[in-house]
Amino acid sequence: MNTPNDLLYAKSHEWLRLEKDGATVGITDHAQSALSDVVFVELPKTGRKVKAGEVVATVESVKAASDIYAPVAGEITAVNAALPNDPGMINREPYGQGWLFRIQPEQPNPTGLLSASDYTATLTR
Amino acid sequence: MSAPISESPLASCHAALGARMIPFAGWNLPVEYTGLLAEHKATRQAAGLFDISHMGQIRVRGSGALAALESLLANDPAKLQDGEGHYSFLTNEKGGVLDDLYVYRLGSEDFLLVVNASRHREDLQTLIQAGHPNVKFLGEPGESAGLALQGPKSERILSRLLPEGTILPAKNHLIQTKIQGMTAWVARTGYTGEDGFEIFSDTESGTKIWNAILEAGKTDGLLPCGLGSRDSLRLESGFPLHGQDLSPEITPLEAGLGFFVDLSRPRPFPGRAQLEKAKKEGVSRSSIGLVGQPNQPPPRHGYPVFSGGKQIGVVTSGVPSPTLGHGIALALVTTPAPGCGQDLEFEVRGRRIPAKVSPRRFLSKK
Repeated sequence: MNTPNDLLYAKSHEWLRLEKDGATVGITDHAQSALSDVVFVELPKTGRKVKAGEVVATVESVKAASDIYAPVAGEITAVNAALPNDPGMINREPYGQGWLFRIQPEQPNPTGLLSASDYTATLTR
Repeated sequence: MSAPISESPLASCHAALGARMIPFAGWNLPVEYTGLLAEHKATRQAAGLFDISHMGQIRVRGSGALAALESLLANDPAKLQDGEGHYSFLTNEKGGVLDDLYVYRLGSEDFLLVVNASRHREDLQTLIQAGHPNVKFLGEPGESAGLALQGPKSERILSRLLPEGTILPAKNHLIQTKIQGMTAWVARTGYTGEDGFEIFSDTESGTKIWNAILEAGKTDGLLPCGLGSRDSLRLESGFPLHGQDLSPEITPLEAGLGFFVDLSRPRPFPGRAQLEKAKKEGVSRSSIGLVGQPNQPPPRHGYPVFSGGKQIGVVTSGVPSPTLGHGIALALVTTPAPGCGQDLEFEVRGRRIPAKVSPRRFLSKK
Protein backbone atom coordinates (compact mmCIF):
# COMPACT_ATOMS: atom_id res chain seq x y z
CA MET A 1 0.00 0.00 0.00
CA ASN A 2 1.13 3.47 -0.87
CA THR A 3 1.10 5.92 2.09
CA PRO A 4 2.91 9.17 1.21
CA ASN A 5 4.96 10.70 4.02
CA ASP A 6 3.93 14.30 3.37
CA LEU A 7 0.25 13.74 4.26
CA LEU A 8 -1.72 13.50 7.49
CA TYR A 9 -4.14 10.62 8.01
CA ALA A 10 -7.37 9.89 9.88
CA LYS A 11 -8.01 6.46 11.38
CA SER A 12 -11.14 6.39 9.20
CA HIS A 13 -8.84 6.26 6.12
CA GLU A 14 -8.98 9.84 4.82
CA TRP A 15 -5.81 11.77 4.01
CA LEU A 16 -5.26 15.52 4.43
CA ARG A 17 -2.71 17.58 2.55
CA LEU A 18 -2.01 20.91 4.24
CA GLU A 19 -1.40 23.70 1.74
CA LYS A 20 -0.77 27.42 1.96
CA ASP A 21 -4.40 28.32 1.34
CA GLY A 22 -6.26 25.42 2.97
CA ALA A 23 -6.14 21.65 2.67
CA THR A 24 -7.12 18.88 0.27
CA VAL A 25 -8.83 15.64 1.38
CA GLY A 26 -9.10 12.23 -0.22
CA ILE A 27 -9.18 8.56 0.76
CA THR A 28 -6.11 6.41 1.20
CA ASP A 29 -4.77 3.75 -1.12
CA HIS A 30 -5.75 1.19 1.50
CA ALA A 31 -9.34 2.52 1.55
CA GLN A 32 -9.76 2.55 -2.22
CA SER A 33 -8.38 -0.96 -2.44
CA ALA A 34 -10.70 -2.26 0.28
CA LEU A 35 -13.70 -0.60 -1.40
CA SER A 36 -12.72 -1.88 -4.84
CA ASP A 37 -14.16 -0.27 -7.98
CA VAL A 38 -15.83 3.00 -6.99
CA VAL A 39 -18.95 3.60 -9.08
CA PHE A 40 -20.65 6.54 -7.35
CA VAL A 41 -19.49 9.54 -5.31
CA GLU A 42 -21.58 12.02 -3.36
CA LEU A 43 -19.68 15.19 -2.46
CA PRO A 44 -20.52 17.99 0.00
CA LYS A 45 -21.74 21.44 -1.00
CA THR A 46 -19.09 24.14 -1.02
CA GLY A 47 -19.51 26.60 1.83
CA ARG A 48 -20.67 23.89 4.22
CA LYS A 49 -19.12 24.14 7.69
CA VAL A 50 -18.20 20.77 9.14
CA LYS A 51 -16.94 19.36 12.42
CA ALA A 52 -14.06 16.93 12.60
CA GLY A 53 -15.44 13.41 12.25
CA GLU A 54 -18.67 14.55 10.57
CA VAL A 55 -19.91 12.57 7.55
CA VAL A 56 -19.28 14.81 4.55
CA ALA A 57 -19.27 12.52 1.54
CA THR A 58 -20.16 9.01 0.43
CA VAL A 59 -18.19 6.73 -1.83
CA GLU A 60 -19.98 3.71 -3.25
CA SER A 61 -18.60 0.59 -4.85
CA VAL A 62 -20.77 -2.17 -6.28
CA LYS A 63 -20.57 -3.91 -2.90
CA ALA A 64 -21.30 -1.11 -0.45
CA ALA A 65 -21.67 2.55 0.42
CA SER A 66 -18.94 4.02 2.65
CA ASP A 67 -19.14 7.24 4.61
CA ILE A 68 -16.29 9.71 4.32
CA TYR A 69 -15.55 11.81 7.42
CA ALA A 70 -14.09 15.30 7.66
CA PRO A 71 -10.58 14.81 9.06
CA VAL A 72 -10.64 18.34 10.53
CA ALA A 73 -13.22 21.02 11.35
CA GLY A 74 -13.57 23.73 8.75
CA GLU A 75 -15.38 24.98 5.70
CA ILE A 76 -15.66 23.10 2.40
CA THR A 77 -14.16 25.38 -0.25
CA ALA A 78 -14.19 23.16 -3.35
CA VAL A 79 -15.12 19.67 -4.54
CA ASN A 80 -13.57 17.55 -7.26
CA ALA A 81 -16.13 18.13 -10.03
CA ALA A 82 -14.51 15.50 -12.28
CA LEU A 83 -15.31 12.63 -9.92
CA PRO A 84 -19.04 12.11 -10.56
CA ASN A 85 -18.28 11.35 -14.21
CA ASP A 86 -15.19 9.28 -13.46
CA PRO A 87 -15.43 7.87 -9.93
CA GLY A 88 -12.84 5.22 -10.84
CA MET A 89 -10.25 8.02 -10.56
CA ILE A 90 -10.37 7.38 -6.80
CA ASN A 91 -9.04 3.87 -7.43
CA ARG A 92 -6.46 4.91 -9.98
CA GLU A 93 -5.06 8.01 -8.27
CA PRO A 94 -6.23 8.15 -4.66
CA TYR A 95 -3.65 10.81 -3.74
CA GLY A 96 -3.81 12.74 -7.03
CA GLN A 97 -6.69 13.29 -9.46
CA GLY A 98 -8.91 11.22 -7.17
CA TRP A 99 -9.04 13.86 -4.41
CA LEU A 100 -12.52 14.50 -2.94
CA PHE A 101 -12.75 18.05 -1.61
CA ARG A 102 -10.82 21.05 -0.29
CA ILE A 103 -11.36 22.39 3.19
CA GLN A 104 -10.32 25.56 5.02
CA PRO A 105 -9.37 24.18 8.46
CA GLU A 106 -10.54 26.09 11.54
CA GLN A 107 -7.20 25.43 13.23
CA PRO A 108 -3.98 26.10 11.36
CA ASN A 109 -2.36 23.08 13.06
CA PRO A 110 -4.92 20.29 13.11
CA THR A 111 -4.71 17.77 15.96
CA GLY A 112 -5.78 14.17 16.24
CA LEU A 113 -4.40 13.09 12.88
CA LEU A 114 -1.74 10.47 12.23
CA SER A 115 1.58 10.48 10.44
CA ALA A 116 2.09 8.08 7.54
CA SER A 117 3.92 5.57 9.73
CA ASP A 118 1.34 5.75 12.54
CA TYR A 119 -1.48 5.30 10.02
CA THR A 120 0.28 2.33 8.42
CA ALA A 121 0.63 0.81 11.87
CA THR A 122 -3.17 0.94 12.35
CA LEU A 123 -3.59 -1.16 9.20
CA THR A 124 -1.44 -4.04 10.34
CA ARG A 125 -2.97 -4.43 13.79
CA MET B 1 -22.94 -16.19 19.05
CA SER B 2 -19.92 -16.71 16.89
CA ALA B 3 -19.31 -20.05 15.25
CA PRO B 4 -15.82 -21.01 14.11
CA ILE B 5 -15.01 -19.90 10.57
CA SER B 6 -14.74 -22.71 8.02
CA GLU B 7 -12.16 -22.71 5.28
CA SER B 8 -13.20 -23.74 1.78
CA PRO B 9 -11.56 -26.91 0.46
CA LEU B 10 -10.25 -24.57 -2.25
CA ALA B 11 -8.64 -22.18 0.26
CA SER B 12 -5.14 -22.83 -1.09
CA CYS B 13 -6.32 -21.95 -4.63
CA HIS B 14 -7.71 -18.63 -3.41
CA ALA B 15 -4.52 -17.83 -1.53
CA ALA B 16 -2.42 -18.63 -4.61
CA LEU B 17 -4.57 -16.23 -6.65
CA GLY B 18 -4.24 -13.46 -4.06
CA ALA B 19 -7.99 -13.27 -3.42
CA ARG B 20 -9.43 -10.81 -0.96
CA MET B 21 -11.23 -12.96 1.61
CA ILE B 22 -14.27 -12.08 3.73
CA PRO B 23 -16.39 -13.97 6.25
CA PHE B 24 -19.71 -15.13 4.76
CA ALA B 25 -22.28 -17.40 6.44
CA GLY B 26 -19.60 -18.94 8.68
CA TRP B 27 -17.09 -19.37 5.85
CA ASN B 28 -13.95 -17.52 4.87
CA LEU B 29 -14.56 -16.89 1.17
CA PRO B 30 -13.11 -14.86 -1.72
CA VAL B 31 -15.03 -11.65 -2.39
CA GLU B 32 -12.87 -10.71 -5.38
CA TYR B 33 -9.63 -11.56 -7.18
CA THR B 34 -8.91 -9.12 -10.02
CA GLY B 35 -11.79 -6.80 -9.15
CA LEU B 36 -15.55 -7.06 -9.00
CA LEU B 37 -16.27 -5.16 -12.22
CA ALA B 38 -13.75 -7.15 -14.26
CA GLU B 39 -15.11 -10.42 -12.87
CA HIS B 40 -18.71 -9.40 -13.55
CA LYS B 41 -17.86 -8.46 -17.12
CA ALA B 42 -15.85 -11.64 -17.74
CA THR B 43 -18.84 -13.75 -16.69
CA ARG B 44 -21.24 -11.84 -18.97
CA GLN B 45 -18.88 -11.83 -21.97
CA ALA B 46 -16.66 -14.89 -21.58
CA ALA B 47 -16.66 -17.01 -18.43
CA GLY B 48 -16.24 -16.83 -14.67
CA LEU B 49 -15.28 -19.57 -12.22
CA PHE B 50 -16.79 -19.42 -8.72
CA ASP B 51 -16.07 -21.47 -5.61
CA ILE B 52 -19.46 -22.54 -4.30
CA SER B 53 -18.15 -25.14 -1.85
CA HIS B 54 -19.91 -23.28 0.95
CA MET B 55 -23.27 -24.20 -0.60
CA GLY B 56 -24.62 -27.21 1.26
CA GLN B 57 -24.79 -30.49 -0.61
CA ILE B 58 -27.29 -32.84 1.01
CA ARG B 59 -27.66 -36.32 -0.45
CA VAL B 60 -31.08 -37.87 0.12
CA ARG B 61 -31.04 -41.64 -0.24
CA GLY B 62 -33.28 -44.62 0.37
CA SER B 63 -36.56 -46.18 -0.71
CA GLY B 64 -38.37 -43.41 1.20
CA ALA B 65 -36.37 -40.55 -0.36
CA LEU B 66 -38.96 -39.38 -2.86
CA ALA B 67 -41.87 -39.64 -0.43
CA ALA B 68 -39.93 -37.62 2.16
CA LEU B 69 -39.04 -34.88 -0.29
CA GLU B 70 -42.58 -34.77 -1.69
CA SER B 71 -43.93 -33.98 1.74
CA LEU B 72 -41.26 -31.37 2.55
CA LEU B 73 -40.65 -29.38 -0.65
CA ALA B 74 -42.93 -26.82 -2.29
CA ASN B 75 -42.16 -27.87 -5.86
CA ASP B 76 -43.03 -31.48 -6.67
CA PRO B 77 -39.90 -33.65 -6.89
CA ALA B 78 -42.03 -36.47 -8.34
CA LYS B 79 -42.02 -34.48 -11.59
CA LEU B 80 -38.26 -34.98 -11.98
CA GLN B 81 -36.71 -37.60 -14.21
CA ASP B 82 -33.33 -39.18 -13.48
CA GLY B 83 -30.67 -36.56 -14.24
CA GLU B 84 -33.06 -33.64 -13.92
CA GLY B 85 -33.23 -30.84 -11.34
CA HIS B 86 -35.43 -27.93 -10.41
CA TYR B 87 -35.67 -24.97 -8.07
CA SER B 88 -37.71 -25.51 -4.92
CA PHE B 89 -38.37 -24.36 -1.37
CA LEU B 90 -38.28 -25.79 2.10
CA THR B 91 -41.23 -24.02 3.70
CA ASN B 92 -42.51 -23.57 7.26
CA GLU B 93 -46.10 -23.92 8.48
CA LYS B 94 -46.82 -20.31 7.48
CA GLY B 95 -45.59 -20.93 3.95
CA GLY B 96 -42.46 -18.86 4.67
CA VAL B 97 -39.19 -19.90 3.05
CA LEU B 98 -36.84 -21.77 5.39
CA ASP B 99 -34.52 -22.15 2.42
CA ASP B 100 -34.54 -21.98 -1.36
CA LEU B 101 -32.65 -24.80 -3.01
CA TYR B 102 -32.04 -26.92 -6.06
CA VAL B 103 -33.10 -30.55 -5.99
CA TYR B 104 -31.62 -33.01 -8.48
CA ARG B 105 -32.80 -36.55 -9.06
CA LEU B 106 -29.68 -38.68 -9.43
CA GLY B 107 -31.67 -41.93 -9.36
CA SER B 108 -35.06 -43.21 -8.19
CA GLU B 109 -33.84 -43.48 -4.59
CA ASP B 110 -31.07 -40.89 -4.72
CA PHE B 111 -31.47 -37.10 -4.72
CA LEU B 112 -29.07 -34.19 -4.25
CA LEU B 113 -30.17 -30.96 -2.58
CA VAL B 114 -27.98 -27.87 -3.02
CA VAL B 115 -28.84 -25.42 -0.26
CA ASN B 116 -27.66 -22.08 1.11
CA ALA B 117 -24.56 -22.11 3.30
CA SER B 118 -26.36 -20.09 5.97
CA ARG B 119 -29.18 -22.68 6.17
CA HIS B 120 -27.29 -25.94 5.70
CA ARG B 121 -27.34 -27.20 9.29
CA GLU B 122 -30.91 -26.00 9.92
CA ASP B 123 -32.05 -27.70 6.72
CA LEU B 124 -30.48 -30.98 7.78
CA GLN B 125 -32.26 -30.70 11.11
CA THR B 126 -35.60 -29.91 9.47
CA LEU B 127 -35.25 -32.83 7.08
CA ILE B 128 -34.19 -35.33 9.72
CA GLN B 129 -36.72 -34.18 12.32
CA ALA B 130 -39.58 -34.66 9.87
CA GLY B 131 -39.09 -38.34 10.77
CA HIS B 132 -39.73 -39.95 7.41
CA PRO B 133 -38.95 -43.68 7.18
CA ASN B 134 -36.39 -45.35 4.93
CA VAL B 135 -34.45 -42.23 4.04
CA LYS B 136 -31.04 -40.85 4.97
CA PHE B 137 -29.92 -37.23 4.71
CA LEU B 138 -26.15 -37.03 4.30
CA GLY B 139 -23.67 -34.22 3.88
CA GLU B 140 -22.29 -31.89 6.53
CA PRO B 141 -20.68 -28.52 5.74
CA GLY B 142 -17.18 -28.87 4.32
CA GLU B 143 -17.53 -32.46 3.14
CA SER B 144 -17.71 -31.69 -0.57
CA ALA B 145 -16.57 -29.17 -3.16
CA GLY B 146 -18.71 -27.12 -5.52
CA LEU B 147 -17.69 -24.95 -8.46
CA ALA B 148 -19.75 -22.80 -10.80
CA LEU B 149 -18.46 -22.18 -14.31
CA GLN B 150 -20.69 -19.47 -15.76
CA GLY B 151 -20.77 -17.45 -18.95
CA PRO B 152 -21.22 -17.84 -22.71
CA LYS B 153 -17.88 -19.63 -23.14
CA SER B 154 -18.48 -22.16 -20.35
CA GLU B 155 -19.43 -25.04 -22.63
CA ARG B 156 -16.40 -24.58 -24.85
CA ILE B 157 -14.05 -24.46 -21.85
CA LEU B 158 -15.54 -27.41 -19.97
CA SER B 159 -15.68 -29.60 -23.09
CA ARG B 160 -11.90 -29.52 -23.33
CA LEU B 161 -11.65 -31.35 -20.02
CA LEU B 162 -14.26 -34.06 -20.60
CA PRO B 163 -13.88 -37.50 -22.15
CA GLU B 164 -14.20 -37.50 -25.93
CA GLY B 165 -17.85 -37.68 -27.01
CA THR B 166 -19.35 -36.55 -23.69
CA ILE B 167 -22.80 -35.05 -24.22
CA LEU B 168 -23.25 -32.15 -21.86
CA PRO B 169 -26.55 -31.93 -19.96
CA ALA B 170 -29.37 -29.63 -21.09
CA LYS B 171 -30.50 -26.73 -18.88
CA ASN B 172 -31.61 -27.96 -15.43
CA HIS B 173 -30.16 -31.42 -16.05
CA LEU B 174 -27.04 -33.09 -14.74
CA ILE B 175 -24.70 -35.92 -15.61
CA GLN B 176 -22.00 -37.77 -13.77
CA THR B 177 -18.76 -37.61 -15.72
CA LYS B 178 -15.02 -37.36 -15.36
CA ILE B 179 -13.26 -34.01 -15.55
CA GLN B 180 -9.65 -34.80 -16.41
CA GLY B 181 -10.19 -38.16 -14.79
CA MET B 182 -11.90 -36.89 -11.64
CA THR B 183 -15.47 -37.98 -10.99
CA ALA B 184 -17.99 -35.15 -10.66
CA TRP B 185 -21.63 -34.32 -11.09
CA VAL B 186 -22.03 -31.62 -13.73
CA ALA B 187 -25.33 -29.70 -13.73
CA ARG B 188 -26.36 -27.07 -16.25
CA THR B 189 -27.53 -24.57 -13.66
CA GLY B 190 -26.28 -21.39 -12.08
CA TYR B 191 -26.95 -18.12 -10.31
CA THR B 192 -25.77 -15.58 -12.89
CA GLY B 193 -28.36 -15.70 -15.67
CA GLU B 194 -25.72 -16.95 -18.09
CA ASP B 195 -25.33 -20.40 -19.59
CA GLY B 196 -23.07 -22.45 -17.39
CA PHE B 197 -22.45 -25.37 -15.11
CA GLU B 198 -22.31 -26.24 -11.46
CA ILE B 199 -19.84 -28.98 -10.64
CA PHE B 200 -20.08 -31.09 -7.50
CA SER B 201 -17.28 -33.37 -6.35
CA ASP B 202 -15.26 -34.53 -3.37
CA THR B 203 -13.00 -31.91 -1.83
CA GLU B 204 -9.73 -33.24 -3.22
CA SER B 205 -11.05 -33.40 -6.78
CA GLY B 206 -12.53 -29.92 -6.34
CA THR B 207 -9.10 -28.31 -6.09
CA LYS B 208 -7.83 -30.17 -9.15
CA ILE B 209 -10.92 -29.37 -11.20
CA TRP B 210 -10.68 -25.70 -10.21
CA ASN B 211 -7.10 -25.49 -11.43
CA ALA B 212 -7.87 -27.46 -14.60
CA ILE B 213 -10.75 -25.15 -15.55
CA LEU B 214 -8.73 -21.99 -14.81
CA GLU B 215 -5.99 -23.26 -17.09
CA ALA B 216 -8.37 -24.44 -19.82
CA GLY B 217 -10.23 -21.12 -19.87
CA LYS B 218 -7.24 -18.78 -19.86
CA THR B 219 -7.26 -18.15 -23.59
CA ASP B 220 -11.01 -17.48 -23.53
CA GLY B 221 -10.87 -14.69 -20.95
CA LEU B 222 -12.10 -16.78 -18.01
CA LEU B 223 -11.54 -15.16 -14.61
CA PRO B 224 -11.86 -16.56 -11.10
CA CYS B 225 -14.82 -14.70 -9.55
CA GLY B 226 -15.72 -13.89 -5.95
CA LEU B 227 -18.86 -13.34 -3.94
CA GLY B 228 -18.96 -9.69 -4.99
CA SER B 229 -19.67 -10.37 -8.64
CA ARG B 230 -21.77 -13.40 -7.74
CA ASP B 231 -24.15 -11.00 -5.99
CA SER B 232 -24.24 -8.32 -8.72
CA LEU B 233 -24.70 -10.99 -11.42
CA ARG B 234 -27.57 -12.75 -9.65
CA LEU B 235 -29.39 -9.50 -8.95
CA GLU B 236 -29.16 -8.32 -12.57
CA SER B 237 -30.93 -11.57 -13.44
CA GLY B 238 -33.52 -11.06 -10.71
CA PHE B 239 -32.53 -14.12 -8.68
CA PRO B 240 -33.41 -13.91 -4.97
CA LEU B 241 -30.95 -14.21 -2.08
CA HIS B 242 -32.17 -16.02 1.02
CA GLY B 243 -31.93 -13.78 4.08
CA GLN B 244 -32.78 -10.73 1.99
CA ASP B 245 -35.39 -11.38 -0.72
CA LEU B 246 -36.59 -14.62 0.87
CA SER B 247 -36.86 -15.58 4.53
CA PRO B 248 -39.01 -17.62 6.91
CA GLU B 249 -41.21 -14.48 7.05
CA ILE B 250 -41.56 -14.15 3.26
CA THR B 251 -43.51 -16.67 1.18
CA PRO B 252 -42.58 -17.69 -2.38
CA LEU B 253 -45.84 -16.09 -3.58
CA GLU B 254 -44.90 -12.75 -2.03
CA ALA B 255 -41.44 -13.04 -3.59
CA GLY B 256 -43.04 -13.54 -7.01
CA LEU B 257 -41.83 -17.14 -7.22
CA GLY B 258 -45.21 -18.90 -7.18
CA PHE B 259 -44.20 -20.69 -10.38
CA PHE B 260 -41.97 -22.92 -8.27
CA VAL B 261 -44.75 -23.88 -5.84
CA ASP B 262 -46.80 -26.84 -7.04
CA LEU B 263 -50.28 -26.69 -5.49
CA SER B 264 -51.79 -29.10 -8.01
CA ARG B 265 -50.45 -32.31 -6.49
CA PRO B 266 -52.29 -34.33 -3.84
CA ARG B 267 -49.57 -34.54 -1.16
CA PRO B 268 -49.38 -31.83 1.52
CA PHE B 269 -46.18 -29.99 2.43
CA PRO B 270 -45.56 -27.50 5.24
CA GLY B 271 -47.53 -24.29 4.75
CA ARG B 272 -49.47 -25.63 1.78
CA ALA B 273 -52.87 -24.57 3.17
CA GLN B 274 -51.58 -21.04 3.85
CA LEU B 275 -50.13 -20.79 0.36
CA GLU B 276 -53.37 -22.03 -1.22
CA LYS B 277 -55.32 -19.46 0.77
CA ALA B 278 -52.89 -16.70 -0.23
CA LYS B 279 -53.08 -17.73 -3.85
CA LYS B 280 -56.90 -17.56 -3.78
CA GLU B 281 -57.22 -14.37 -1.73
CA GLY B 282 -54.12 -12.57 -2.94
CA VAL B 283 -50.95 -11.60 -1.09
CA SER B 284 -50.59 -8.48 1.04
CA ARG B 285 -46.97 -7.88 -0.05
CA SER B 286 -45.27 -8.39 -3.35
CA SER B 287 -41.74 -8.26 -4.70
CA ILE B 288 -41.13 -5.75 -7.51
CA GLY B 289 -38.12 -4.65 -9.54
CA LEU B 290 -36.83 -1.09 -9.27
CA VAL B 291 -34.47 0.74 -11.60
CA GLY B 292 -32.67 3.94 -10.65
CA GLN B 293 -30.85 6.41 -12.84
CA PRO B 294 -27.19 6.88 -13.79
CA ASN B 295 -25.31 9.32 -11.53
CA GLN B 296 -27.76 8.79 -8.68
CA PRO B 297 -26.97 6.80 -5.53
CA PRO B 298 -27.94 3.14 -5.99
CA PRO B 299 -30.69 1.48 -3.95
CA ARG B 300 -29.44 -0.96 -1.31
CA HIS B 301 -30.79 -3.55 1.11
CA GLY B 302 -32.99 -1.94 3.76
CA TYR B 303 -33.69 1.40 2.05
CA PRO B 304 -37.34 2.49 2.39
CA VAL B 305 -39.45 2.74 -0.80
CA PHE B 306 -42.08 5.45 -1.34
CA SER B 307 -45.00 6.02 -3.68
CA GLY B 308 -46.49 9.50 -3.75
CA GLY B 309 -44.70 10.38 -0.52
CA LYS B 310 -46.03 7.36 1.39
CA GLN B 311 -43.77 4.47 2.35
CA ILE B 312 -44.98 1.28 0.65
CA GLY B 313 -42.09 -1.06 1.35
CA VAL B 314 -38.40 -1.67 1.55
CA VAL B 315 -35.52 -2.64 -0.73
CA THR B 316 -34.57 -6.29 -0.12
CA SER B 317 -31.53 -6.32 -2.47
CA GLY B 318 -29.99 -3.45 -4.40
CA VAL B 319 -26.80 -2.78 -6.31
CA PRO B 320 -25.37 -0.41 -8.91
CA SER B 321 -25.69 -2.66 -11.96
CA PRO B 322 -22.30 -3.03 -13.68
CA THR B 323 -23.96 -3.98 -16.97
CA LEU B 324 -26.69 -1.32 -17.01
CA GLY B 325 -24.82 1.56 -15.35
CA HIS B 326 -27.59 2.45 -12.92
CA GLY B 327 -29.05 1.12 -9.70
CA ILE B 328 -31.32 -1.92 -9.66
CA ALA B 329 -33.21 -3.44 -6.75
CA LEU B 330 -35.77 -5.92 -5.59
CA ALA B 331 -38.24 -4.38 -3.16
CA LEU B 332 -41.01 -5.90 -1.06
CA VAL B 333 -44.02 -3.55 -1.19
CA THR B 334 -47.62 -3.64 -0.02
CA THR B 335 -50.26 -4.68 -2.56
CA PRO B 336 -51.71 -3.60 -4.87
CA ALA B 337 -48.12 -3.26 -6.08
CA PRO B 338 -47.38 -0.47 -8.55
CA GLY B 339 -47.09 -1.62 -12.15
CA CYS B 340 -44.08 -1.55 -14.46
CA GLY B 341 -43.05 1.94 -15.48
CA GLN B 342 -44.63 3.62 -12.46
CA ASP B 343 -42.54 6.27 -10.68
CA LEU B 344 -41.44 5.54 -7.12
CA GLU B 345 -38.74 6.84 -4.81
CA PHE B 346 -36.30 5.27 -2.41
CA GLU B 347 -34.58 7.02 0.45
CA VAL B 348 -30.80 7.28 0.67
CA ARG B 349 -29.16 9.19 3.51
CA GLY B 350 -32.31 11.24 4.07
CA ARG B 351 -32.82 12.07 0.38
CA ARG B 352 -35.55 10.71 -1.92
CA ILE B 353 -34.16 9.32 -5.17
CA PRO B 354 -36.42 8.64 -8.18
CA ALA B 355 -36.85 5.09 -9.46
CA LYS B 356 -39.17 3.24 -11.80
CA VAL B 357 -40.87 -0.10 -11.37
CA SER B 358 -39.33 -2.68 -13.70
CA PRO B 359 -39.55 -6.39 -14.43
CA ARG B 360 -37.53 -8.26 -11.81
CA ARG B 361 -35.30 -9.73 -14.46
CA PHE B 362 -33.29 -6.58 -15.20
CA LEU B 363 -31.31 -7.93 -18.12
CA SER B 364 -33.36 -8.99 -21.10
CA LYS B 365 -33.26 -12.71 -21.82
CA LYS B 366 -30.81 -13.78 -24.48
